[in-house]
Amino acid sequence: MLAASAEEEFSEELLLKPLPDRKILAHFHFRNEAPLAADSFARHHHLFPKSISQLVQKFHIKAMELSFTQGRWNYERWGGFDPISSHNAKPPGVELWAVFDVPQHQVDASWKNLTHSLSGLFCASINFLESSTSYSAPEWAFQSALGSLRYGTLPREAVCTENLTPWLKLLPCRDKAGLSSLMDRPSIYRSFYHSQRLHLIMPTAVSDGSKSGIILEQTLTVVLQPNNQKASMNHVGETKIQPSWSLSSIFGRKISGRCVLAKLSNIYLHFERGLVTQLDNLQKKSSKFAANDTGLTWKHPVVWSSSHAPLYASRFLMGSGNERGAIAISLKSTEMTKGLVSANNVEERCKLQVNVLQIVPWYVKVYYHTLQLLVDERPQVLADFVERMRVSPSEDKVSPGVMELVLQFPCEMKSAVLSIEFDKGFLHIDEYPPDANQGFDIPSAIISFPDFHAGLQFCEKSQSKSPLLSKLQERSPVLSYTEVLLVPLTTPDFSMPYNVITITCTVFALYFGSLLNVLRRRVGEEERLLKNKDAKKAVFLRRMLNKLSAKLRGRPSESTPSPPSSSSSPFVSPKLILRVLMVAGIAVAWQYYSQ
Amino acid sequence: MKKKKVQWFWSWVIGSVILRLILLYFPKNLNLSSRPEVSTPLTSLRRLAEGYWLKQSSVSPYAGSMYHGSPLLLTLLGPLTVTRVEGQPDHLLCSLVFVIADVICAMLIRAAGEKLQVAYSSRLQFLGLHNLSENSELLPSGDFAALVYLWNPFTIVACVGLSTSAIENLMVVLSLYGACSRLTPLAAFGWVMATHLSLYPAILIIPVILLLGYGPDAPPRKLFWQRKNLDVGNSTSSDSCSEEEAKNQLKMAHVFSWRLVVLFLFWTLLWSSYVLVLCGIYVQQYGGLQELFKRTYGFILTIQDLSPNIGVLWYFFAEVFDFFRNFFLIVFHGNILLMIAPLALRLNHRPCFLAFVYILISSMLKSYPSVGDSALYLGLLGLFAYELKDMQFSFFLFSGYVGVSLLSPVMHNLWIWRGTGNANFYFATAIAYACFQIILVVESVSAMLNHDRMLTKLYTAKLQNVKS
Repeated sequence: MLAASAEEEFSEELLLKPLPDRKILAHFHFRNEAPLAADSFARHHHLFPKSISQLVQKFHIKAMELSFTQGRWNYERWGGFDPISSHNAKPPGVELWAVFDVPQHQVDASWKNLTHSLSGLFCASINFLESSTSYSAPEWAFQSALGSLRYGTLPREAVCTENLTPWLKLLPCRDKAGLSSLMDRPSIYRSFYHSQRLHLIMPTAVSDGSKSGIILEQTLTVVLQPNNQKASMNHVGETKIQPSWSLSSIFGRKISGRCVLAKLSNIYLHFERGLVTQLDNLQKKSSKFAANDTGLTWKHPVVWSSSHAPLYASRFLMGSGNERGAIAISLKSTEMTKGLVSANNVEERCKLQVNVLQIVPWYVKVYYHTLQLLVDERPQVLADFVERMRVSPSEDKVSPGVMELVLQFPCEMKSAVLSIEFDKGFLHIDEYPPDANQGFDIPSAIISFPDFHAGLQFCEKSQSKSPLLSKLQERSPVLSYTEVLLVPLTTPDFSMPYNVITITCTVFALYFGSLLNVLRRRVGEEERLLKNKDAKKAVFLRRMLNKLSAKLRGRPSESTPSPPSSSSSPFVSPKLILRVLMVAGIAVAWQYYSQ
Repeated sequence: MKKKKVQWFWSWVIGSVILRLILLYFPKNLNLSSRPEVSTPLTSLRRLAEGYWLKQSSVSPYAGSMYHGSPLLLTLLGPLTVTRVEGQPDHLLCSLVFVIADVICAMLIRAAGEKLQVAYSSRLQFLGLHNLSENSELLPSGDFAALVYLWNPFTIVACVGLSTSAIENLMVVLSLYGACSRLTPLAAFGWVMATHLSLYPAILIIPVILLLGYGPDAPPRKLFWQRKNLDVGNSTSSDSCSEEEAKNQLKMAHVFSWRLVVLFLFWTLLWSSYVLVLCGIYVQQYGGLQELFKRTYGFILTIQDLSPNIGVLWYFFAEVFDFFRNFFLIVFHGNILLMIAPLALRLNHRPCFLAFVYILISSMLKSYPSVGDSALYLGLLGLFAYELKDMQFSFFLFSGYVGVSLLSPVMHNLWIWRGTGNANFYFATAIAYACFQIILVVESVSAMLNHDRMLTKLYTAKLQNVKS
């Protein structure tokens, strides 16, 4: 068999990294690779999860990423320039993007089916992404050049073990053996930040451009506080020492052994450059390796900081009240841009390109013409800085608003604030979620720096076979997410529909009744005249008709002689026929249109 | 005396313009442009600016759910929203357009009022009710209505708050003025533009046709027939000169001049095809006229935007169950149409008043009402000050309007800004406002009918005097 030439491969790796603020980053990386045969739809896989391969086959997925995140990645303290933060720092809740290999008009249908399948697969409400109000198709600010991309987030989604268990089920050893056996649920969900991610790629073969296989990357990124009672008891001066930890102390479990199905199971310790130079100065690197229980013991206080993205992005709301407001995205320069300025002093003008992707739900009605830019706290003309701009305004109950911006800033810029005004929408009572007064979430904006690439360089080339390390070495644009914004929206009274309906209808009935009453009221002589007419009731109708026709002809009706009382003719009058015909016509039309 | 009156009138007009200009120079337009009473999704200038911006960035101005107005308004006002005069308020040019529209509107109301008054007193004199005609001449209803329109706080607020309803009102008044002065092209233009801008003035075609056919408001037609009978009865007693005049008057009163109506319909056809062609050119690359109608008239008729306004429908449709939505949409819009025929039958001798009642009803039942609409009918109400002088509850109504217009912002503030009240508070003021409008329409129609009854009574008494 030809397909057998490429074996299914599985590798498990764990990267541990002390963070400057006394926390530990644990990054699990599982990679599953399977060759893709033409008839592999019903094929049995040895290691690769069948559900995923079926998903790929069915919906023609080119690439896909699904992440479940709880907590917020602290870009200031935990770094924003390394591959882990660019790839694994995700917005809270669920984020899903997928690129499909289908004709344009089928993309939406594929997306809808995919959301439903994933929803079932991961026990999450990903199916809410099916509605066209919750996903969008960003064109170039995010994962560009991949094709028909759909992107959607659910910031409100609560992530819990029920999402982790199906995710673990995709691993060949589940959490019974290998590194995944470390995943003790309480310690993971106690963490400051955890993000479980599933990334599917279909690498194309160099030779013929066809797909060669599926690569499934499953990563779990956890930021934990080492549970060190000694440190908390220490004096103030000594708390600067990083807490010592071992795998068993932070996860509360030990590794029982490697997963035998894995081609590779490694644990890496990652020290940042700042830390390494500090350690070199101290010349005292103290780490302890027990059997399958990696740990780190600190003897001396060490201070370092992580590398930051060129600009530190944050987003906030302005204004008060439930009628309108403004979204502001603030970009602050970090020490990295200062370095850039000094490095590029010789060149004529150093530019910093920033891509912004901002998606707002339709009930936040953004006025795009109010987009303002403040550079170094001074209002600027937008056209000087905006390289490109694409806006697809939100449509009520149909689609979210998408704004993609490519901005060019001078490197010496200190801060920039983008602000845009919006009106808060008012929804129908059925459209509010059960906890309507909590507010609505605006998904994170994505800020990317296409000129900067996050990639680590390692001295040793021998390790390049490891998927995790090669992933870390990969050059990819620096990406960061802003905060999710919580917008409180006004609520109507949910208990009142009947009252509102009845009161409003009463008011309109009052209007109709009283106006009609005024119009047909008769007083005094008019009443007497009517009574006279009542006496000649038989001819009343006829007289009225005469009067009407006389009025239409503009002749006084007094002159017309009163006709003999033959109006109540028993024969089939043409009027009756006309009426019957009209009713029949309406019935036919009704029948026609209702079909 | 006349000259003095005229001077007095102009000084008040200039005063109102100066007041508007002063208010324009307050920072941020006193936040009036974002008040729900002033800027509905249809009349807000901010949404128009957004539509213009989208158009400038080569997206359809109707993409997204921001702009729902006419493309012609966009071409007219759009460039003005972006031009800034150094050192002046942001929307100065737009505001000036609205101030000018208001003043022109008031002038047209005045001219129409004068025409109405002349016609009416001549009719009364013809009937021989001289003292009544003198009474009606004492009050210059045109000037009065124009000043009511200009000094009405609702008008001022709508004008300073940059609501495009000033232009819609101008078109409505233009069509009424054109019909009063028998200028069919003008009447047709006004009607077509008003319908194009806000759809609801479409029902004004009936009063405009009646105005063109029968001439301006007059006492009930029956009295003229009686007069004619009387003339026939004692033709020998009256001199020939007045008989000729009387014949003319009778002709004016009775003969429905089809010629003008046909002309009007012709001009309507011409103007509407012109407007459609212009709109078609404008929206050609953005989905054509069908998309335009869906975005403008469809938006008006289906009430998609549920943001609060001074009407009651927003809350109703925010609360009503989804499967009843279409039913109630039909019922509420049918409510406007239902009363057209009865009113037209009963008030066909007073087409201007009929137009006033139609405007009042549509501004009460329309999907996105604003104070600009109220300003128009309150201004027109001034035209019938003489006939409606015996209206009941007028003080109650006045205090009701004042009370609602003071309470409604308070309730809005409590609900939206402070969060201490809920939507029902604001809805209650909207319901109260709707009730006051209902009382106004019912009472004004009833007062007008009573006035007609009074005329009939006086005239029959006079006839009996003559006969005896």
